[in-house]
Amino acid sequence: MTDDEQSNDGSERQASLRERFEALPRWQSDLLLIGATLLGLYALMGVLGLVTGLGVSGVTRTLRAVTFLATAYALVVLALNLHWGYTGLFNIGVAGFMAVGAYTMAIATADPDPGPAGVPGLGLPVPVGIALGMIAAGLVGLVVVLPALRIRADYFAIVTLAFAEVIRLLITSGALREFEIAGRELGTGGGAGINFARLDTVIPNWVLYRGGDIEQGTNVLGYQILTLTNAIGIERTMVENWLYTFTMILLVAAVFWLLVRTGNSPFGRMLKAIREDELATKSLGKNTPMVKIKVFVLGCAIMGLAGIFWQGRNGYVDPNAFLPIVTFYIFIALIIGGSGSNTGSVVGALVFVGVLFEGPPYAQRIVRQNVDLPRPSTVYDGVVALGGGDPMPLIGYTVGELPNLRFILFGAILIALMIYRPDGMLGHRNEPASPIDLRRERSPREGLADTASTDGGEVDE
Amino acid sequence: MAMVDIRDSVSGLTLEERFGLLLVAGILIMVLDLIRRLVVGDLAFTSFMTFLWRGLVDGLVIGLAAVGLSMTYSILRFANFSHGDLVTTGAFTGWTAAWVVGGIGAASFGSRILLNADRGTSAREINLHVYAEPLAIVAGLVVAAIGTIIVALVIDRLVYRRMRNAGGIPLLIASVGVALALRYVIVFFYGERTRGPVRSTPTLSAENHAWLIWTDSVAVHQLILVISAIALMIGLHLLLQRTKLGKAMRAMADNRDLALITGIPTERVILATWVIGAGLTGVAGYLIVLEQETLGFNTGWFLLLLIFAAVILGGIGSIYGAIAGGLIIGMADNMMLVWISGDLTRVAAFLLMILILIYRPQGLFGGVETA
Repeated sequence: MTDDEQSNDGSERQASLRERFEALPRWQSDLLLIGATLLGLYALMGVLGLVTGLGVSGVTRTLRAVTFLATAYALVVLALNLHWGYTGLFNIGVAGFMAVGAYTMAIATADPDPGPAGVPGLGLPVPVGIALGMIAAGLVGLVVVLPALRIRADYFAIVTLAFAEVIRLLITSGALREFEIAGRELGTGGGAGINFARLDTVIPNWVLYRGGDIEQGTNVLGYQILTLTNAIGIERTMVENWLYTFTMILLVAAVFWLLVRTGNSPFGRMLKAIREDELATKSLGKNTPMVKIKVFVLGCAIMGLAGIFWQGRNGYVDPNAFLPIVTFYIFIALIIGGSGSNTGSVVGALVFVGVLFEGPPYAQRIVRQNVDLPRPSTVYDGVVALGGGDPMPLIGYTVGELPNLRFILFGAILIALMIYRPDGMLGHRNEPASPIDLRRERSPREGLADTASTDGGEVDE
Repeated sequence: MAMVDIRDSVSGLTLEERFGLLLVAGILIMVLDLIRRLVVGDLAFTSFMTFLWRGLVDGLVIGLAAVGLSMTYSILRFANFSHGDLVTTGAFTGWTAAWVVGGIGAASFGSRILLNADRGTSAREINLHVYAEPLAIVAGLVVAAIGTIIVALVIDRLVYRRMRNAGGIPLLIASVGVALALRYVIVFFYGERTRGPVRSTPTLSAENHAWLIWTDSVAVHQLILVISAIALMIGLHLLLQRTKLGKAMRAMADNRDLALITGIPTERVILATWVIGAGLTGVAGYLIVLEQETLGFNTGWFLLLLIFAAVILGGIGSIYGAIAGGLIIGMADNMMLVWISGDLTRVAAFLLMILILIYRPQGLFGGVETA
């Protein structure tokens, strides 16, 4: 990002572009940033895929998968931004809260009579399940945060991580695989997980068909959509998949809007004040514990929602999807984007999923499709061949290890960001705890005069 | 009158004291129930002794790893999330050395140096247990310590030294990055497969050894673990109590600026901290594999939270606390089997840790953050 460095002798045209970007209202420039990142990502993956012969359908499938995962991450990252970026609550139990949401949803909506192999659920309708999942995640958040309010930040981190592990151990434990509450057979499925309503067909069906039932024929909107897609020649399953992904995008937009509104409210100013200096906020007579509880519960509910939609993509909660490492992926995404900035959260999620997470396997696929590399079974064989003057086996081994090497990359990025740029890419856009825009307020005079010399510098009054 | 007095004194207690009272009461009830089960015969005496022995084995090795974490926590002032992967590092470097030494002639170098990543041989072929290859086992122990120390010092030079004055949270996040990078560097070389680098342990039977009064037979590898761990802990105790280094460490844990002013070479103390902490951690990783006979790239990461639990139980910064905490966690993890099923014992251990963190963050044994 170049917008915090300004050269006086930069080209006129660049300055005017930047000027125009800076002159935009905050929400427009934010939207522009997110859109530009998304388009850049699509362009990068699309061009790479087409050039190397992945085919149009292969590319669109990859793009959809990436978009879906990125939106799921964006939801959680936004919620984490509310905890850490806004309020300074260092929550590393994110995976646990997602698990609570997804499992509650699964237990609520699973078939009550699944046959001998499955785990019975309550068979409630999907919206009820989603609501219950969010409420449950929020309640668990309340249980975690109530006693943990007064402890140090690093202890808080360990407590949240331990809670997430307790939750994960409980859901994978054989003891809770099936249990009975008030005469109803329920269960977590233990290590096998639970099947429940497939959100990626249920939600598109609501959009396309009357009463959400494919038997009753298309509704007005569905008719239009399906005629249009038929004309272009897109399959119906593809349409349904994209509809689910669009639902996720809408969800991200809604949560984004909610968080921006929260952040700009008096309540949001209190959050940022707590992040900056809790003692000072307290001495102004603010009830900081109450604020922290509320914000923690809200964030946890959103994490639960994200867990529901993430696991809902194939209607199956996988008990191994909630390992503590997932929490750290989400942290990496937030830190790349810049904590404290909602735009940064979304951009970070896009960059993390598109470039860092899906990038290396994608690169591996492209390389393997175009170059015939040897595949030695160990690095030792590669090194031996290198000693004999042939670097290809070592390169082949490295390409084969790309999916694992990306984790080294994650680690290196996290370290480098912490050392050189703890604010992340868009950290400077985090919202100050002040209701007025200090950046603009500082230089009303200079804004009218010479633009090149004004930005960023200290000015004598 | 007496009743009123008791009520007065109870309501006068702080939250922390009430929590302590509750904890003591809980433990008392469990001990009583244990005795009842032993007397009634719900729990056979031999299985009780097995739980106790396994608790000691687990506890010692967790305690050994916890000492290192506790030292870096108090002197560098951050929760080091890469500590679990230092355990893994020790296990891999140590066992690689053991294979390289012990497998000469039995398998190709390429198979030995990567711990059989190419599946060219097996632990059976190399026949690696303490009677067959005592030299290899000892060599592995030494290399585990040295290798982990080198890795820890390199990481400190590359990462943590640049962040000496950063806060606890940025350091914590950086350590998560270190953990990920270190773990997958190991995967890059050794692969993701979980392997069994050691043959099953020989046993001593009580028929031939009169001093084995508590059990029928004991695994020699476990015995080695117990003896090495206790020896290292005694050595550490002497080092910290009898040398100036120990005093300097305690001074630094107490107040770094003051230590610097008094002329304590803080960077050298930090170096010593890493050397001791990482050395013990590496040995712990090596011994864990000797005992449980499997090794995967996640071995240490899965132990991390238990190690944290030990450190927190004993009080962060206290080395004796860490050892005691390790023993308590090890014992609890095994003794809980009397009451709850095996996959829930860790839940109990973690819940205990959470309660301690919330109600008695200075740990069970006292309030000082010193070595």
